Amino acid sequence: MSKANLDIFAETVLELAQQDRDVLVVTSDSRGSGKLTSFGETLPAQIVEVGIAEQNLVGIAAGLASTGKKVFAVSPACFLTARSLEQIKNDVAYSDQRVKVIGISAGVSYGALGSTHHSLHDFAALRAINNIDVVAPADNFETRETIKAAIRHPRPLYIRFGKKAMPDLPRLNDTFEIGKARVLKSGTDVTFIATGETAAPAVMASEVLEKEGLACSVISMHTVKPLDKDCLLDVARQAQVLITVEEHSVYGGLGEACAAVLLRAGITLPFEIVGIPDEYTVTGSQGEIFAHYGISAEGLAQTARKLLRVGSRV
Amino acid sequence: MTESELRLKSVQYRKTILKIIHHAGSGHTGGSLSCVDILNVLYNRVMNVSPETFGDPNRDRYVQSKGHSVEALYTVLADRGFFPLEDLDTLCHYQSHYIGHPTRHVNGIEQNTGALGHGLSVAVGMALAGKLDERPYRVYTLLGDGELTEGSSWEASMTAAHYKLDNLIVIVDRNGLQITGPTEKVVALEPVADKFAAFGYAVRECNGNDPCELVNLFDQVPFEVGKPNLILAHTTKGLGVSFIENTVKWHHKVPTQDELARALEELDGAEEALKVVPL
Repeated sequence: MSKANLDIFAETVLELAQQDRDVLVVTSDSRGSGKLTSFGETLPAQIVEVGIAEQNLVGIAAGLASTGKKVFAVSPACFLTARSLEQIKNDVAYSDQRVKVIGISAGVSYGALGSTHHSLHDFAALRAINNIDVVAPADNFETRETIKAAIRHPRPLYIRFGKKAMPDLPRLNDTFEIGKARVLKSGTDVTFIATGETAAPAVMASEVLEKEGLACSVISMHTVKPLDKDCLLDVARQAQVLITVEEHSVYGGLGEACAAVLLRAGITLPFEIVGIPDEYTVTGSQGEIFAHYGISAEGLAQTARKLLRVGSRV
Repeated sequence: MTESELRLKSVQYRKTILKIIHHAGSGHTGGSLSCVDILNVLYNRVMNVSPETFGDPNRDRYVQSKGHSVEALYTVLADRGFFPLEDLDTLCHYQSHYIGHPTRHVNGIEQNTGALGHGLSVAVGMALAGKLDERPYRVYTLLGDGELTEGSSWEASMTAAHYKLDNLIVIVDRNGLQITGPTEKVVALEPVADKFAAFGYAVRECNGNDPCELVNLFDQVPFEVGKPNLILAHTTKGLGVSFIENTVKWHHKVPTQDELARALEELDGAEEALKVVPL
């Protein structure tokens, strides 16, 4: 088990800021939850605290970015992409101010704290806003590469991750590019397309299924927007069944984005969107909530078997 | 530009505002006429910005939080040479960049606005960057009085005071009317000056339609070292045309051909008077 993606974010942004005094982080009383206390102590002139005021956080970040600052606006994803959605839409995206909007403790990372603290809407909301890209890195490698790439990204960017330690996922190569999906493993019986921290359970599910003689692909679709359509279509043409996995509402996220691409290309195959259903979210830790909704090794394997109609094998 | 020249400009700008709103068939007449003197003084006398220096990192910046009064801003920017006045023939027309709120597609505009309560935070960010980099520029932002009920304005105000942004000049266009009616009847704002003072601003008040008073105040910035500056500019909505002044319906009413002719006649008279007897 490696570190939390949150820790990797904090380490990487500190490294970048030490090399470039124009790198700033802006926090809304969130330096502790953003693991940025060390950043604040090391580079006090490069951290801007705005207090508990997420709208102001994003507006100020836009103003700073307008002067050429490389700004990471850091706040829990639940507040950042809801309370300050209009600032993201207008001050950042519409105004083309290249802020890096960082949603920490995303999805159901704050599991037991309830829906006020969940961000299960952020992909859907931001996918519908022009001129902002959306990335959910899966593991420490993807997180580090995403943050490094964010500095030179030519558009506003939203990046979200959780706070739980993440396993290092299989890596066929060391390339990373925002907008280019990563093939973690290849096989044509079952294809999982996962984003963010659901890639780990997808990999675990593939290992369960491989023991049953099924060859699996796992794609880390870290960039939800713009979607890597070429990769999606390529794997879908070879797959027997395809399952998307996300720490997000089943409405408006990765799954529906993939479905639209497939249908437009005339590709139909057994397909399932695994995410959080449109219901009062169950109480529990992130892992418990994942398991409850089938975002687990066994849950995803079961979904695959159902799609393959080989449930009787087990 | 001298103060008598500024007064003449204000009248000419009012004529242009009415013409372009009439031509576009869309616009915010009352608010543009209330704030145009402020923009006139900023762009012709106070701010260190021009088409030639717009890319200069040391330029002064202006963010129009009350984005709906964009016709006043377009009028002044065109006059200052940021783009040809004729471009405004396309205002609000199909595929025009000159839309009904400011966007960075238009030369001279720093930030897209239109949703109220946004401009001050962005201006705070700009001013903060100036402090961090020890740059000499100042940041000016114009707020409508009606938008002061947006809570984000007060979030931004707390930050401006906390970071001692005396390079930030917030101007409130206090014309007293919003789309529903008088601000004090919609949701009372007073005491506005005391509220901003309590939030940490150095507050000054003036007649926001008097170029001389505005120039005098801008010359005193920073009002107090280490405090953001707040100018409570008392204005008259629709100023310059008798039948538009202080009339709620003219918030976004577009003048008819006849109304335009009558308005221009009044303003022509005011212009001639200024030319005959320079102040």
